[in-house]
Amino acid sequence: MNANQDDAFTLGPLEAGPVCCDPQPVIQVKDLSLHYGDKIALDKVTLDIYKGCITALIGPSGCGKSSFLSAINRLTDLIPGCCVNGNIFVYDQDIHRSDSNVQELRRQIGMVFQKPTPFPLSIRRNIALPLNEHGIRKQAEVAAITEQVLRDVGLWAEVYDRLDTSALSLSGGQQQRLCFARALALNPQILLMDEPCSALDPIASGVVEDLICRLQGRYTIVIVTHNLAQARRIANYAALFWIKERAGQLVEFGRCQHIFESPSHELTAAYVNGVRG
Amino acid sequence: MRDNQQLHTVHRIRDRLAQCLIYSAVFLVGAVFIWILADLARGGIMHLSWEFITESPRDAGRAGGIASILISTLLILCVALIAAVPLAWSTAILLVECMPAASSFGKTVRFSLHVLAGVPSIVFGLFGNAFFSIYLGLGFSILSGGLTLACMLLPILTSTAEAGLRAVPDTYRLSASALGMTRTATLIHLILPAAAPALAAGLLLGIGRALAETAALLFTSGYVERMPGSLLDSGRALALHIFDLSMNVPGGDMPAYASALVLVTLLLCINILAMKLAYGLQRWRIMT
Repeated sequence: MNANQDDAFTLGPLEAGPVCCDPQPVIQVKDLSLHYGDKIALDKVTLDIYKGCITALIGPSGCGKSSFLSAINRLTDLIPGCCVNGNIFVYDQDIHRSDSNVQELRRQIGMVFQKPTPFPLSIRRNIALPLNEHGIRKQAEVAAITEQVLRDVGLWAEVYDRLDTSALSLSGGQQQRLCFARALALNPQILLMDEPCSALDPIASGVVEDLICRLQGRYTIVIVTHNLAQARRIANYAALFWIKERAGQLVEFGRCQHIFESPSHELTAAYVNGVRG
Repeated sequence: MRDNQQLHTVHRIRDRLAQCLIYSAVFLVGAVFIWILADLARGGIMHLSWEFITESPRDAGRAGGIASILISTLLILCVALIAAVPLAWSTAILLVECMPAASSFGKTVRFSLHVLAGVPSIVFGLFGNAFFSIYLGLGFSILSGGLTLACMLLPILTSTAEAGLRAVPDTYRLSASALGMTRTATLIHLILPAAAPALAAGLLLGIGRALAETAALLFTSGYVERMPGSLLDSGRALALHIFDLSMNVPGGDMPAYASALVLVTLLLCINILAMKLAYGLQRWRIMT
């Protein structure tokens, strides 16, 4: 419980790992179509997400990036009138199979939203509640995990002496990092991020971006962002979504460098150069 | 430039006018409450004593106290709440958590609750008399009175609980689901505590309405002023006692005033208690 150790992130030095050299698909999306009632949000998207890499989803608003993200952890199940067709394989398991355990799927796939969404509970309880739900109930174990993940997101030094105060008393950036910690506590392999910086001020946004960079290699990350500069800075792969014939479609997917420097599609070139979008 | 000045003056006058209207409305509402309270206190305080609370009524309520009436009232209230609260709150949970807001089932339930809320209490009384007292054979009893009151409380409890649950931000449900929490766990650990103040407020409104109810109890729980021996005995509710004293018993004005004062004080206390409870519950959730 020493605050001076706060710089020593428990993630340790990142291993070079499989970053981009040997792309192993972790999530395979095949012919994914998504409707909200009559409205088509996504039309036949096929895309692989590679292990240990950061994949950025870019494109104008309403082109289905967030819907794509929520389809991966089946959060779309909660939306009335939402209909998903096609296949999504996570670690070679079809997530839509009737015998798949959606709670376990969502433990495996952490998610961080655009606006910080801490529960109206204490900081400690915010992390303990999902842990308890997944069967980790021993106080010592919960406390150890809490400290570790709070250190991982760089929040420990700021809150270690007030873990029992309401999480709502934290600043926006701190709340967002708490949400990261909450997701990391469940020991996921994949992290989905829906514009995690867009509701934060530039400084808090920078802190969160640094955090995402530290997570690279450890986790497979899919991030939706409107900030092209950010996508370029942090992502290994990028996918451009666009609205064609009133439906979101995948226009181009490839190495980040390729997408930003020598795109093969003219829409991509126009978008990343700021001509369109 | 002059036009601007004139416009500014007009705006200022309009603002002031609106302010005055709002303040006078607030003043009026406060004044009515204080007037009623003062009138009750003036008329009833002289008659109020410890004996008045602890003794049973004698001589049709002219002498003695209201002990048996209080017990009957509380028993009727308990029966009503025990029957109505679980039904109403689970209906609200079903409507909010398991149904799309626009579903036809939800609309039908909501519509029937609105109709139920508009039914005059004397109609509830007659229904309770026909159904509970005669058809189910419960007679004039605290049980049939309480169950009739429960029917009356359903709309108010359900609609306040539904509004409270709907006011809980959807982000809690989404982020709890994203963390792999089940719907039940989300409901117990996040949604219900967040909605607790609204639930408590609804409960209060319900208790207030039940304590003040007269017409629905006239034909169901009866107006026997004896101390009830069981739930199947008839019992007179406090509001009914006040009605009886002031309308049917010559010389019953003073005990009527005192009883009304007790009733209003009871309502005030329950109000304050429930507010404290809701606040405490919220704090407790944050601390643990």
